[in-house]
Amino acid sequence: MADRGTDRVKRGMAEMQKGGVIMDVVNAEQAKIAEEAGAVAVMALERVPADIRAAGGVARMADPTIVEEVMSAVSIPVMAKARIGHIAEARVLESLGADYIDESEVLTPADEVYHLDKSEYTVPFVCGARNLGEALRRVGEGASMLRTKGEPGTGNIVEAVRHMRMVQSELNKVAGMSKDELMTEAKNLGAPYELLLGIKETGKLPVVNFAAGGIATPADAALMMQLGADGVFVGSGIFKSEHPDKYAKAVVEATTHYQDYELIARLSRGLGTAMQGLEMSTLDPSERMQDRSW
Amino acid sequence: MLKIGVLALQGAVQEHIKSLQAPDVETVIVKRTDQLEALDGLVFPGGESTTMRRLVNKYGFYEPLRAFAAAGKPIFGTCAGLILMADRIAQEPQGHLQLMDMNVQRNAFGRQRESFETTLVVKDVAEDIEAVFIRAPLISSTGDDVEVLSSFNGEIVAARQNHLLACSFHPELTDDTRFHQYFVQMVRESKETAPEHTAVT
Repeated sequence: MADRGTDRVKRGMAEMQKGGVIMDVVNAEQAKIAEEAGAVAVMALERVPADIRAAGGVARMADPTIVEEVMSAVSIPVMAKARIGHIAEARVLESLGADYIDESEVLTPADEVYHLDKSEYTVPFVCGARNLGEALRRVGEGASMLRTKGEPGTGNIVEAVRHMRMVQSELNKVAGMSKDELMTEAKNLGAPYELLLGIKETGKLPVVNFAAGGIATPADAALMMQLGADGVFVGSGIFKSEHPDKYAKAVVEATTHYQDYELIARLSRGLGTAMQGLEMSTLDPSERMQDRSW
Repeated sequence: MLKIGVLALQGAVQEHIKSLQAPDVETVIVKRTDQLEALDGLVFPGGESTTMRRLVNKYGFYEPLRAFAAAGKPIFGTCAGLILMADRIAQEPQGHLQLMDMNVQRNAFGRQRESFETTLVVKDVAEDIEAVFIRAPLISSTGDDVEVLSSFNGEIVAARQNHLLACSFHPELTDDTRFHQYFVQMVRESKETAPEHTAVT
């Protein structure tokens, strides 16, 4: 007897990624550079978020050819993105054998009211969140892993920091509450009561929480680990830099040894130009990807 | 006190720390080679074996870990940890640390959607161990000195060679600590029969 797609199997997959770096790639060649550098997984995409931003228009699931090309190029797990609420895209990616699906605000949402019922799938899902309520709504829908939303494709860490700090401070607040305060807190956060009970007991989220959305340098990765991230996603940061292979290795090492500042200094030396980066105030509200889900 | 380390280059470290708890056990999160000498036993956790191997090389763990095993100190590897320990890996030119006489096959049960959980009979441990398999490897064959502890559908998923213990699944992801406590007992016995280790701590 073997049970597939159970919570333990789906959440356990994310547990194995802890302390690691997940990199966005758009072809087999980039996927091999990522694997060689020590990435724990790759996210197969048609375009990295910075290019999605530049291209405009509707961003959709990648061409299955790209996902399959990446899957056959590397032995580490391969993730892929589906539009928020797009049941068919998610099922297609599951049928291709993607190891994890990101129901992602980086793509144009297909449903502005409902997220996917992720508990129905055998494949595990990761979702973005800006605060504890959003994080727990996604877990309530069946997400097996979380990440901060940050502001994708900007190379600016400020939003990822804001979201990680927010989640951590709300976690600490709930952990310190008495039981009779939790139902009101559940109402205020818009989060399932049972999950708040669990946090009060364990002091932590029920699933792994990575940082994402704006990580551009080894020091950015180390910062997010220090703020309590279980690992990091690097989207545009690697392959929009001058020397992706060196950059990828440096980010992996900085994530492992995030408190070894001499090492991070050494890693940061002579890396070449990082991705350009965007200042938040230059973004029109309609360009903010983090506000695309709720 | 027994000092048992968990190699913390990448992967699920805290879960092992939790499962190793016993009144006479002190756990250590191992990130540097200079921490190895004080240990009586070591766990290689689950994670991504390619990532771990790169970090093992990068931080100079390769020879110190082989020396740790050669000194007769017990090591327990789960999933990626099992891959690190094997002498030979299918479709790869050679094994990583090459500590245990066995052939392993990576991702042997398929991709994540084929991952599963089940209940296993594990020799000398229990008849009903909860086992979570995640993109798991299997042991396709073993040398004469290796004892098979458990099989699933005819495939070997747990084995022991003297002071070395390895399994394809993740006992650390369940609340069932019996398999870890079996390892803790191996460490106890090893320390009793090798009194020179006690002088170090």
